[in-house]
Amino acid sequence: MSAQLQINDPKIKPIETFRDDFTYSNSPEAIRRFPFPFHEDKYMYSVNIEPHNVGPAGSVFAPAFDIDEHYLSEIEERRRVLEEDPGRCAVLPHMMEAQWDTLELLMTSLARDYPQHFKLERNGDRWTWENRLLGIKDTFTFDDASTLPYEPFEYITRQVQGDFTLHGQRNNMLYMDGGMVTCQADWSLQFDLGMDFYEWHGPVPKAHEMGIFERALKYLLNLQVGQPVRRLNWTMTVHPRMDTSPENYHKWGIDRSQVTADNVGELAHLRVELQSLFRLPRSNAIIFSIRCYLISLNELVTVPKWARRFHRVHKSLPPELADYKGFSGYQPYVIDFLSQYDDGAPTSPGTQPD
Amino acid sequence: MSHPAHIPVRVANVETVTPFVKTFTFEPRNGATLPRFSAGSHVVVTMPGDERPYRNPYSLMSSPFELDYYQVSVRREDEGRGGSLYMHERVSIGDELDISAPTNMFALHPLARRHLLIAGGIGITPFLAQLHELERMQADYQMHYAFRNQDNAAFHDYLQDHYSDHLHCYESDNGVTLNPARLLADQPLGTHLYVCGPKGLLEAVTDTARRLGWPESCIHYEEFAAPPVGKPFTVELAKSGRSLEVAGSATVLETLEQAGLEPNCLCRGGVCGECETVVLEGDIDHNDHFLSDEVKASNERMMICVSRARSERLVLDL
Ligand code: FES
Repeated sequence: MSAQLQINDPKIKPIETFRDDFTYSNSPEAIRRFPFPFHEDKYMYSVNIEPHNVGPAGSVFAPAFDIDEHYLSEIEERRRVLEEDPGRCAVLPHMMEAQWDTLELLMTSLARDYPQHFKLERNGDRWTWENRLLGIKDTFTFDDASTLPYEPFEYITRQVQGDFTLHGQRNNMLYMDGGMVTCQADWSLQFDLGMDFYEWHGPVPKAHEMGIFERALKYLLNLQVGQPVRRLNWTMTVHPRMDTSPENYHKWGIDRSQVTADNVGELAHLRVELQSLFRLPRSNAIIFSIRCYLISLNELVTVPKWARRFHRVHKSLPPELADYKGFSGYQPYVIDFLSQYDDGAPTSPGTQPD
Repeated sequence: MSHPAHIPVRVANVETVTPFVKTFTFEPRNGATLPRFSAGSHVVVTMPGDERPYRNPYSLMSSPFELDYYQVSVRREDEGRGGSLYMHERVSIGDELDISAPTNMFALHPLARRHLLIAGGIGITPFLAQLHELERMQADYQMHYAFRNQDNAAFHDYLQDHYSDHLHCYESDNGVTLNPARLLADQPLGTHLYVCGPKGLLEAVTDTARRLGWPESCIHYEEFAAPPVGKPFTVELAKSGRSLEVAGSATVLETLEQAGLEPNCLCRGGVCGECETVVLEGDIDHNDHFLSDEVKASNERMMICVSRARSERLVLDL
């Protein structure tokens, strides 16, 4: 069985924007493979961690790191964010081994999953990396950072969609010891750097339910090399804006007040994060990949099952959760809009479009 | 995730190091390279025993920079349940075995100012991998190696050849013993302590460190518990209503696996915490290094890879 057969062959779009004129949009194919996260017609909180690297053919779950039609746009957005604020990429000095682990994991995964776009040649320590989508071909010495234009972690994560955080494991605890965070939903790398597992989860409501966190921590401390895991998380974002960081709140905070009954279908987006965790072999660190997918309500309702279900999810959502996720202000417009597409018919099991 | 992926290997070499210790070299069976690993990692080796497979954790002692082979060393335990005897008597060059992916429960602390390594006897093996790493990091470290006599000092000559500047040996038959209090008393702040070896040494060193006020986060040790042979007993599984007999030489975990169940487990040596199981009834004979003393005393949880029943019957929440 060839892994390649299972994986999408992305038709990469020209660069679109996640700011100012917001030209980002999803093709019909991208809509159908959107990782719609709701299994039921009502909101259910669950931690639902499952093995990663197995998924329906062509889905975002099949490759280790999903590359899709927005590749060039997201890479360009990352470049712009870093240009304005280089601090969005930071790694503590003791994590050099984990940086090389990251580079190796990402390069070998991309070259395996997307051989038409990425190629890695290894000649002992002399490696040649080719990224045809960005026109990059570099030869460097593994373990010698001076042979790359950036440090290894920044070098490779500038070429991969999604945010990444690096977690050192010591004292039976995980610490946030680095990251590339340019499309984050409302948290700050600079603020969280060096924090332990409980501290960086601090803002989550009901953090006093320590049992859940203790179990999650124990689970992650025993995460195995070669057996990555994943979960989905979701929120709502106004405009297809990737960078909703606290640093830039002054730029996006006011977006929420612009939503009206007329424009909600265009402005309100479901934002889904595919979070996956990999044990890194040499450093024993963990890399956390947070891959963000955005879909406007207008696009979402082209799948009738999702329109019905998303309406029902919103209606059953506890108000404090809408508050916490930051969309309670315009949620009435969302519910009104979606109600037009909910005829009360039952929905089929699973999250796939019918 | 709680069942480590298996790596098929071939035994490329078996070397008798001392009358009690053999070193096994494993190379990948499918011509691939082995996964990279971090110093201090162990693998679980599966041996096809006659009645049931033996699965024992062994520390990787080869260099973490070597991807063509792994090495482990096994001390022969004549009183044990048979895994180490199997390795010594029945495994030879060319044999095919399965090992788990490497897992690290005994990693070097990257922020330590100094690394103080203390090994007793066969407990030297994880340090052999760590010494490669420490050299590469150009770290400040000391290797203290205690053993009874040369027959029990498996890697003495190798260490002398490669790490003589950092090595301190204690041969008890010659009257040279390691004095933990003296050794620990004059270490600079920020020193991390790592101990691996027999229970007596491990407890003497860690107790001394605690008594001297070393923070818990600076004390690291690894001791895989060998599940003891004991009395047979019955385990009842409350959820499925099944009832199974645990033989004197089998563990609860093995008994469940033989019955076709797949309980969570990883290290099989009472260290990782993965096999923690809720006990509804029965008196437990704890043998693990994972549960706290309070939890052990409560009789409410057990690590089924190494612990047994004191009572004739155990009811588990499975
Ligand atoms: S399997 Fe690791 S403690 Fe039992």
